[in-house]
Amino acid sequence: MPLLSAGPIDPATLIAEHDAPGHGGLVVFVGRVRDAHHGRAVRALEYSAYPAMAEAEAAAILAEASTRWPVQVSACHRVGRLEVGEVAVVVVTSGGHRDESYAANRWVIDALKARVPIWKREWFADGTSEWVDPTAAMAP
Amino acid sequence: MTRFRVATFARYAELLGGHDLDVELATPATVADLIAALRMLPGGAALPAAPLVAVNLNLADHSTPVAAGDEVALLPPLAGG
Repeated sequence: MPLLSAGPIDPATLIAEHDAPGHGGLVVFVGRVRDAHHGRAVRALEYSAYPAMAEAEAAAILAEASTRWPVQVSACHRVGRLEVGEVAVVVVTSGGHRDESYAANRWVIDALKARVPIWKREWFADGTSEWVDPTAAMAP
Repeated sequence: MTRFRVATFARYAELLGGHDLDVELATPATVADLIAALRMLPGGAALPAAPLVAVNLNLADHSTPVAAGDEVALLPPLAGG
């Protein structure tokens, strides 16, 4: 799959890319749209990307992960408007054993959130919306 | 003077009234000069003093040079995932 997707992401499509016979440990992270943020009811999210840089940065993160751990990595991040429960991001890591797959998976999702130019707007149940600013108050 | 087309996104696009901003800079110029020019645009005064800027798809610091033909973007704080 491409690193950014305007349509629904099926985790099975990414899992299917991991067919190395020696890869006995495969970890899947699925991030989904949650129905609340800081106690406010959320109806939908809108992800907006700087596509050229997002693709380049995500590719660099995946490449870096596979130099840090002996794993194969794939990932896909959704853009556009998503309803509660929809899949926003998927990270799949596979390696010989679970330790490296878990460690790489956790590192990749954190790096994607910190480094890839993608922005998130929350649409609240009351009809208002806000771009999320992670430099403002942190979630408890 | 050299004209730069600066891409911006999300909240900053709303603040500045569009996804593509045009600024003119005396060259040679740096990211700091670019930010100063962006802050002069309508709505630009609300930008932070040190917003993220990417030059040719890489995050730049304030001393990074910008030249004609560079792909320049003004980025709100990152918040994916």
